[in-house]
Amino acid sequence: MDEITSSPNELITTTSPSHRFRPPRLVRLIGAPILGGIVGLLLGAVLIMLAGADPLAAYQTMLAGAFGGPRQLTETTLKVGPLLLMGLGLTIAFRCKVWNIGGEGQYFMGALAGAGIGLLLQDSLPAVVLIPLMLLAGVLGGALWAGIAAFLKLRFGLNEIITTLMLNYIAEFTLLYLAREPLKDPDSFLPQSAQLVGAARMPTLFDSRIHIGVLLALLLVPAVYVLLWQTPLGFRLRAIGSSQSVSRYAGMNVALGLSLALLLSGAFAGLAGVIEVSALHTRLKDGISGNYGFTGILVALLGRLHPVGVVFAAIFFAALSIGAQTMHSVYGLPIALAQVIQGLVVLFVLAADALARRIWR
Amino acid sequence: MHWPGGYGDKRIEELSRLLTVSFFAALFASGIRLAIPIFLAALGEIVTERGGVLNLGLEGIMLAGALAGFMATYYVEQSANASLLPLAPWVGIAAGIVAGMAMGLIMAVLAVSLHTDQVIASITLVILGQGITTYIFRQQFGSLTARITGFETLPIPLLSDIPFLGEVLFSHDIMTYLSSLILIATAYFLAQTTWGLNIRAVGEHPAAADTSGINVTVTRYVAVLIGAGLAGLGGAVLTVAQLGIFNENITAGRGWIAVALVIFARWRPGLAFAGALLFGVANALQFRIQALNLEVIPYEALLMLPYVLTILVLLRKVNKSEAPAALGTPYVKE
Repeated sequence: MDEITSSPNELITTTSPSHRFRPPRLVRLIGAPILGGIVGLLLGAVLIMLAGADPLAAYQTMLAGAFGGPRQLTETTLKVGPLLLMGLGLTIAFRCKVWNIGGEGQYFMGALAGAGIGLLLQDSLPAVVLIPLMLLAGVLGGALWAGIAAFLKLRFGLNEIITTLMLNYIAEFTLLYLAREPLKDPDSFLPQSAQLVGAARMPTLFDSRIHIGVLLALLLVPAVYVLLWQTPLGFRLRAIGSSQSVSRYAGMNVALGLSLALLLSGAFAGLAGVIEVSALHTRLKDGISGNYGFTGILVALLGRLHPVGVVFAAIFFAALSIGAQTMHSVYGLPIALAQVIQGLVVLFVLAADALARRIWR
Repeated sequence: MHWPGGYGDKRIEELSRLLTVSFFAALFASGIRLAIPIFLAALGEIVTERGGVLNLGLEGIMLAGALAGFMATYYVEQSANASLLPLAPWVGIAAGIVAGMAMGLIMAVLAVSLHTDQVIASITLVILGQGITTYIFRQQFGSLTARITGFETLPIPLLSDIPFLGEVLFSHDIMTYLSSLILIATAYFLAQTTWGLNIRAVGEHPAAADTSGINVTVTRYVAVLIGAGLAGLGGAVLTVAQLGIFNENITAGRGWIAVALVIFARWRPGLAFAGALLFGVANALQFRIQALNLEVIPYEALLMLPYVLTILVLLRKVNKSEAPAALGTPYVKE
């Protein structure tokens, strides 16, 4: 993972003593993702062919479905929001080598906390007050849920990979129970909460369906960059990611750093949760996750754990997901094709990175 | 949560009627069955981790095995040739192992040959496995609910007539019986055979193993492939021998629970079986309580039980020296 989790002062320290040819840094940084993207799409084409469809036509449909007009662009942009938030949060965590794979659960808890506040206060507060409150609740919900894993890691030494994942299921069943019983909409036969209306809905921008949640996600891109590269905290988090023992020796509070990274990534996931439930789903119910907790991992990795890279990765993956929906309705190919391509892309990025490292060590 | 008047007494009465010998026999019998897929995956991971490779991708590998097993069985069962019918589940089991090993090969290339970070590589493998199984299943079956017959229950003559123990131990499908042989074979393999010793050597001290003439790369490939094959087998047992259906993410976290079990079991096959049994029985109990339809306990709380239990069993302290020393570290030849 040298390319992705490189040393803190990577721009200065990457001078190589070797006199052999070595591609410039930018080529090494974006070469693998582009190569991975191409190989992923090619293997996707093989799958499309095996399913009896014409890959070229299918990909054209996909492209048109993602970017072909204002409606398509809107859908893709809306999808970028949560992917970006997840990818940014995990960028912080992974830079610190905290393996948070509990994005799903943190997303659920953010949605639950945010929608809970919304349902409680939507009749009594104006949007200017209520929306910030809901967003804050979402952030806290996600962070606290990640905080359970942080507590278990610090207090009992439990690996966060397993605890965050188990907490996904616990969060999901908690949400399903609440939506079925205490929060259930009395006017509905379905196990779902009452609807978020009026002040509790994400305000939209310029007469479109694009809401401030997407804007917020974009604003957090430079914020994460500044946090990681311009603040002492960011330096510490990345130092812990490079070497826990060196960081400890340098007098850093490693336990605190690991917990903060976990809480921060949980906060981002929770934020994504409250935004999606307020803007899109409008109710607490089954199926509000969209698998963002896992796709977000791929977004962060493909974006090379850098906020700018994460933007491109989020756009690429959003386009794949939205395009796959059109492809599904035209060719009947399963939507999961998008997830397959996403997984393959990242797999080949990992392989290409490793190969490049062996060749140009 | 509420207790309507007079309701509690009736429930308690019902509960006490349930707590009979036959209740426990059925509970433990289904506990054993439910333990098998998790156990096989955990056993495989023990082999892999003893070889120094941390493969967290079990969830994806089990899914691949589950789908391959289901589909192979389905197509053989659907083929007109009736004489092939008894073979169908065996073809499924073989397909599950092969699919698991194919996934394992991806992991081995990334982790052993390319020295990719093993955590990242295996998490990616899980997501890929989830995507690819969902895609293939949807593409082949659409929204159709396909069922397979799979293995029949095979009560062992005479032994299955023993009261209590007969039902608990000797009234299962063949894969459950075979799993106990696989446990013994794997424990023997790791402890007594040259290959097993080599695997443990490259997991503890790859440089020393290399010096003494063991091919670290090949040995680790073998460890990953055996582990992935067993995880694929676990997935296939789940669909072919137990459920008879496939659904997206049908493994529902069993692969991750198996990863946790390996730590719980201190990398020892026998303890992994005990741990899996704990999960199996807890799960069986959970199903039975659900069937009672007690209003005081929401069924969601019961469904979370295995996942809460996973966190709880990890609370048992692990001594660092119990883990394979080179676990998770790629071997770079000096």
